[in-house]
Amino acid sequence: MNPNEIQALLDEPACKHNKKGKTGCAKSKPGATQGGCAFDGAQIALLPIADVAHIVHGPIGCAGSSWDARGTRSSGPDLYRLGMTTDLTDIDVVMGQGEKKLFHAIKRAIDRYHPAAVFLYLTCVPALQGDDIDAVARAAVKRWNVPVVPVDCAGFYGTKSLGNRIAGETLYRHVIGTREPEPAPPHPAGIRTRDINLIGEYNIVGEFWQVAPLFDELGLRILCTLSGDARFSEVQTMHRAEANMIVCSKAMLNVARKLKEGYGTPFFEGSFYGMDDTSQALRDFAVVLNDPDLQARAEALIERKETRTMAALMPLQERLRGKRALIFSGGVKSWSIVSALQDLGMTVVATGTEKSTEEDRERIRKLMGEDARMIDDNDQSALMKTCRDYEVDILFAGGRYLYPALKSRIPFLDINHERDFAYAGYDGIIELAKQIAQSIENPIWEQVRKAPPWQRLRVAQAVGA
Amino acid sequence: MSEIVFPGKPLTVNPIKVSQSMGAVLALLGLDRALPLQHGAQGCTAFNKVFFTRHFREPIPLQTTAMDQVVTVIGADQNVVDALNTVAVNDRPEIVGLMTTGLSEMQGADIHRSIKEFRAAHPQHDSMSIVPVNTPDTLGSLESGYALALQSIISTLVPEGRTAGHRPKQVNVLMSSMLTPGDAEVVREWIEAFGLHPLLLPDLGGSLDGHLDDGGYATMTKGGVSRDAIASMGKSAATLVIGASLCTAADTLKALTDVPDYRFDGLMGLEACDAFTQTLADIAVCPVPAGIGRQRLQLLDAMVDTHFVVGAGRVAIAGDADHLGMLTQFLAGVGCKLTAAVASSRAAILERLPLASVAVGDMEDLEDVVQEHGADVLVGNSHATQSAKRLAIPLLRAGFPQYDWYGGYARPWVGYRGSRQILFDLANLFAAARKEIEPHRSLYWQGTEREMASQHTPDIVL
Repeated sequence: MNPNEIQALLDEPACKHNKKGKTGCAKSKPGATQGGCAFDGAQIALLPIADVAHIVHGPIGCAGSSWDARGTRSSGPDLYRLGMTTDLTDIDVVMGQGEKKLFHAIKRAIDRYHPAAVFLYLTCVPALQGDDIDAVARAAVKRWNVPVVPVDCAGFYGTKSLGNRIAGETLYRHVIGTREPEPAPPHPAGIRTRDINLIGEYNIVGEFWQVAPLFDELGLRILCTLSGDARFSEVQTMHRAEANMIVCSKAMLNVARKLKEGYGTPFFEGSFYGMDDTSQALRDFAVVLNDPDLQARAEALIERKETRTMAALMPLQERLRGKRALIFSGGVKSWSIVSALQDLGMTVVATGTEKSTEEDRERIRKLMGEDARMIDDNDQSALMKTCRDYEVDILFAGGRYLYPALKSRIPFLDINHERDFAYAGYDGIIELAKQIAQSIENPIWEQVRKAPPWQRLRVAQAVGA
Repeated sequence: MSEIVFPGKPLTVNPIKVSQSMGAVLALLGLDRALPLQHGAQGCTAFNKVFFTRHFREPIPLQTTAMDQVVTVIGADQNVVDALNTVAVNDRPEIVGLMTTGLSEMQGADIHRSIKEFRAAHPQHDSMSIVPVNTPDTLGSLESGYALALQSIISTLVPEGRTAGHRPKQVNVLMSSMLTPGDAEVVREWIEAFGLHPLLLPDLGGSLDGHLDDGGYATMTKGGVSRDAIASMGKSAATLVIGASLCTAADTLKALTDVPDYRFDGLMGLEACDAFTQTLADIAVCPVPAGIGRQRLQLLDAMVDTHFVVGAGRVAIAGDADHLGMLTQFLAGVGCKLTAAVASSRAAILERLPLASVAVGDMEDLEDVVQEHGADVLVGNSHATQSAKRLAIPLLRAGFPQYDWYGGYARPWVGYRGSRQILFDLANLFAAARKEIEPHRSLYWQGTEREMASQHTPDIVL
């Protein structure tokens, strides 16, 4: 990928703050950098497509430490969980055998695993070598007549966000629009079926399965979820949706924008974290689809679900009221979790905005007030200090902050992709509230903060004397 | 003698191998006040940090030179200088490990020269030691990268001298990447039982044993062997080398210091434990302490008790070469049938394994061999859970990574006690997986009460 193409990807006209400084796309500082690369981002975005053979073209460093590390779930095939790599060696590099090996690798993946498609991920070493994976993909399609999709995402191109965009761009260019969807079967309740897509929903620990029944009930057929529990053939039909929802972050905004430009599909942004956001997402579909009948049915469903959820949350809200939370996560989660926690009666004292866009920041200000405290840099020590200074009761962050927090004896809840619990939808907010209460109220916190008995004895004696 | 088989296929599926660069990082994590710094794109470091964090359930200090597209093309030497300066200012480590990746190696980075440039530009940071390690991931595996780092730590931090034995009670121990923090504790106590002072290099037991202390979270390692201690290795009475992969590192130490060394493939099973115990008795010139003698008798008893199931058990095993070496010698010693063995990459020890053949490959290869030859228990890392499920056999977790298992890093494998516990665990797995004999139905059977008996319905007495 040449620098112009990368610049083009960083330029996102659908983003309101495209002209401003792009904090989400900041250059990395040697010796003080956290977070993944473009390959990481592309792989994260595409790997959940479950019936695809995902081949990482590179030496062992790229796949060896990253395969099968995502919490995304499939309801059927688990081909995506296999870690496939060309495992390039010194000889491959010196002799320039990379492309040839990749070609044979594709054959082997097709022969042995019969994938719906093969995705090729280009990494740093073969990119530097100049391997032409587009040509390899074209030759492979011609030879075996299985879709082969080249993903040009070498790590040094940039950060994880850029990788997300590369993934979206690749799907739009090579996959979307290559098949027509089957006609929808009639809805059992006799209501009209509308086709939609969800973009940026990854079905972490299967949490989307808590939300999916709502769509069935409303007669919304999800042509494709990009990319949680998705199938290759579903991605192919995304162009036929009547509305798109961007579920997580701006990262895949380019897919929604291009679908709008190319096929006139309207889109909106939302989230399934928190009761209000879930309800809002359902309402927005009715608005965007301009369907008063759907709107009425959505309102009835929301009413029913919210009443039930509030009843379940009541006792938990009592336990959580006034508890102080600090959220440290990038992008959309910097505000979507804020509203979820405020629903529970908690006070959010600060939120991290390292990977957030300008628009994310604006939403934070709307939710937390103009003087909302935002933490920009990802320095872990500074974060722990902020936790202590603000006397937070619990920290919400991604997995890599788990152990720093526990070392600092601060209760912690994982809200990123490595987490073990499902927080989406109406059931998800109840689960989240339960987890927070359990975490804060756990008796170990008091014990680990106490000095050992022999030291306590000495203090008591000193005080007595 | 075992035959080494290379499947020679173009596609690696479910790799056992992780990169050399990660191995070098692991070695650095066993030093005190150290910070590993990877020269490559930031993704290498992000992946590796998550990998070790999930395994150890600890924060992992790790930094990157963050190569981007521009410096990848025009040269990234300045990134190395800048990164070294940044970590010196921000984190103040005593030791920085600077390890390359596939990207920087392919670019042709000369980290040794970059270090000189850093020294010239920033003399105020002269007190910070820098350990350079060339670890392209197009070669070797975690184990070889770890061994290379150990070699560089020795040649950078141990001064040349002829002072062997000046500290007659001090014993150096070079610890292979196959040894867990739990193993490090066992080795330490074992040596201390003889009145000797062990100096473990590296000491993952000191840094990544998982302990909640008052220091809170830090951006560099806490615990582990200190720079001063490493500098004193030349004064020790002896060096114990555990793991065949450390031969070159041991040669380097010996050439620098002339401290006599004793080399072991592993410390599992009666024979290996006895050899180590005897060596310690010789160095300390004292009888074997009664406690160790007692542990030995306990291992003997466990071997006797479990031999019925263990001796009939078939094991398939996947791992790095040292680990494979230690485990296969132990398992063969208690009578297990090793039906499948796959190593992550080639090493000299593979030829000495007590096996007909060993493959250098991935989990897909292992599954193929097990399909052909059968196995009752699989030994491998957490990635092997997929394979174990497909093969419908239980998994004993060993090696890196163990992300779906609590306490994998803390588990001791070595010593009389560690060996005993592994024997118990294996025996339980074999016993639980033992297949019952299918009942035979006589052809004369007419469908009477036997049907009830096979359905496990409790008798109801009215």
